[in-house]
Amino acid sequence: MGQVRVIVGLGSCGIAAGAGKVYERIRSLKEAENLDFTLSKTSCSGMCYREPLVEIIDETGWYLYGGIDEDRSVELLNSHIANNNPVKEYMVCTDLYETPDSRFFRKQVKIALRNCGIIDPENISEYEGRGGYEALKKIVSGNISSREIIKEVTDSGLRGRGGGGFLTGLKWKYTLDNKSPDKYVICNADEGDPGAFMDRSLLEGDPHSVLEGMIIAGLAVEASSGVIYCRAEYPLALKRLDIAIAQARERGYLGRDVFGYKGVCFDISVKEGAGAFVCGEETALIASVEGYRGMPAKRPPFPAESGLWKKPTNINNVETYANIPWIIREGAAKYAGYGTEKSRGTKVFALAGKIRHGGLVEVPMGITINDIVFGLGGGIPGDKTFKAVQLGGPSGGCIPAWLADTPVDYESVNATGAIMGSGGLVVMDETTCMVDIARFFLDFTARESCGKCTFCRIGTMRMLEILVRITEGTGREEDVPVLEELAGQIKESSLCGLGQTAPNPVLTTLRYFRDEYEAHINLKKCPAKVCKKLLRYEVSEGNCTGCTVCAKNCPVDAISGERKGIHHINQDICTRCGICYAKCRFDAIMVN
Amino acid sequence: MRVERLNSKRRELVSDGKTDTGPLDVVIKKYSGKKGIMIPVLQETQRIYGYLPRDAFLRLSEELDLDLSHMYGVATFYAQFRLSPVGRHIIRVCHGTACHVQNAESITGALEETLKVVDGGTTDDGLFTLESVACLGCCSLAPVMMIGEDTYGKLTGSQAVKVIKDIRVKEKDLPI
Repeated sequence: MGQVRVIVGLGSCGIAAGAGKVYERIRSLKEAENLDFTLSKTSCSGMCYREPLVEIIDETGWYLYGGIDEDRSVELLNSHIANNNPVKEYMVCTDLYETPDSRFFRKQVKIALRNCGIIDPENISEYEGRGGYEALKKIVSGNISSREIIKEVTDSGLRGRGGGGFLTGLKWKYTLDNKSPDKYVICNADEGDPGAFMDRSLLEGDPHSVLEGMIIAGLAVEASSGVIYCRAEYPLALKRLDIAIAQARERGYLGRDVFGYKGVCFDISVKEGAGAFVCGEETALIASVEGYRGMPAKRPPFPAESGLWKKPTNINNVETYANIPWIIREGAAKYAGYGTEKSRGTKVFALAGKIRHGGLVEVPMGITINDIVFGLGGGIPGDKTFKAVQLGGPSGGCIPAWLADTPVDYESVNATGAIMGSGGLVVMDETTCMVDIARFFLDFTARESCGKCTFCRIGTMRMLEILVRITEGTGREEDVPVLEELAGQIKESSLCGLGQTAPNPVLTTLRYFRDEYEAHINLKKCPAKVCKKLLRYEVSEGNCTGCTVCAKNCPVDAISGERKGIHHINQDICTRCGICYAKCRFDAIMVN
Repeated sequence: MRVERLNSKRRELVSDGKTDTGPLDVVIKKYSGKKGIMIPVLQETQRIYGYLPRDAFLRLSEELDLDLSHMYGVATFYAQFRLSPVGRHIIRVCHGTACHVQNAESITGALEETLKVVDGGTTDDGLFTLESVACLGCCSLAPVMMIGEDTYGKLTGSQAVKVIKDIRVKEKDLPI
């Protein structure tokens, strides 16, 4: 009998869903009963919605089980391992036949995520086993010059995956052209967009691919040290980075004389961010690494000319670096073969919000939003209607359902008023209020504005006040034009991307959902029934059976009524918490 | 940003003698003479005390040659740093986009009511500090909260309250 392998997915979401306990349970059972299989761990395969995931590979095939808790893991061992009887009930995917979940993977092309969910991220040998560090070896042993590396990256058409979309090869060339004995390579892992977790998954799932990408960038721009600036909120990513760096040093991929080649030196250190969204902006990030408040600086000079410690510096995002080893190994043409003419390759998206199959997907550029939401994501849960997707976080915008056949590439997305951003894709349904979403993002940017530029500091606050007013039912008719005027001024008068894009969520919702603003302002109604101050909970006399459940659950005792009699909600006491609506089994609570 | 400012009435730069700065020896030794150390130094100090005590500012400033106003500027800029002590357990409720559309507000609301603190506050018994954070990156488990290293996903208000109650019960069993 061939060796049976059991693999548990231990990414942050998996662990949050209980995968750590499952792993321990399987490990202790294996030891106690001396079971014959190898147990290993991997990171996130992207299927966050079915976590915790357990894979079993035996001579009959590959099986992926989802929603496995401790008890179910015992069941798996008893049935599948001990009796060769796969448990259909928990099966998510297998290579033997199609399952409903198979389509989550079908349209995906995994380049940046090539190893995520497959290898054990804490074991460098597994990375090497899948072609890891071969790209670096090819460069060093083949004596490939900086110019040749840059040409390859440029030809691949890879553009900055952090959201900027600047051609990576060109950025590297600028840094190379600025001569200096000291240069730096920085990896921006300050993934601050709420709703985005691509970089976290990559660092947790395949840290070596990011390291290898950075080393190659270092050789290309002639830098000898690199810095990874990672959010402190990602403890697991930080831990796995530390492990990976130590392993890479031990193998001689990092440090002096890379691969034993004299004079080829590159080392990487990790800096922990301290919680400031603006540090995702490159000049603010550099200020933060230097130990200052993370405030952006005027460009030019660009970091390629004067960056960290005033030396030429190349900054790319995590996902950009993760693509590099693959491009060098497989060739620029193969990468450029995916995607559209101006947006080559693939892009990782974090699917979240009102979607059935939330998780991490990597798709070729040019695929439509509909394909992502309904094809891979399985559509909207419940019988709700798809309303919009929010792309690009606080800097991005909402693309309405009727534009969901927009292909996902830099130019097409920009044309809708949203931006590609780093890849957060939050799906919204009819129960999401677009004015509330605009308020939510403005609340975020107003709080995170560093305060350097007046329009960003004060303007976002003024916009937020207006949006709060509208959602609370005291909006005025002139509010919409004032919002538009402020938005234009903030965009034009801010130094960095945070301010220049902060009004986008408001502008796109105004463009596509102006009727919702008007309903809030003129009719004092929230069509999505989200804005609490505009709601009114009432009992439908026809449906009320007098079961008293609502009255018992009301936290403020606003509901009165006899058993078997029609109940009544006292509007003066009601806090519009919605508990009665959620608890009523007879649809007798109406929201207006 | 979100950090409470030091009381502006006390201006004299002398130690209040409340903090044992002995544990800072390691930090000072590790970073002495290096550049770009401000943020890591403050992070390690906060790891020791749970917040940044006044006396730590004074000692670090002197021994690592860091400008006090620069230190204070950095400490109040970044959301991570705190200038006052926190509870034993820090509850971080995620208010990222995905959690927001899945009603994270109701989690914070339920916890505020149970703990009788407002967002950002610490309970009287010093057990819990309630915080809102921008995004914990577990969006597909929304709404999410994190207590210490443990993440809790797909929460409702009452489930969140139950987690807190369980911790309270465990704490009572512990000898003081």
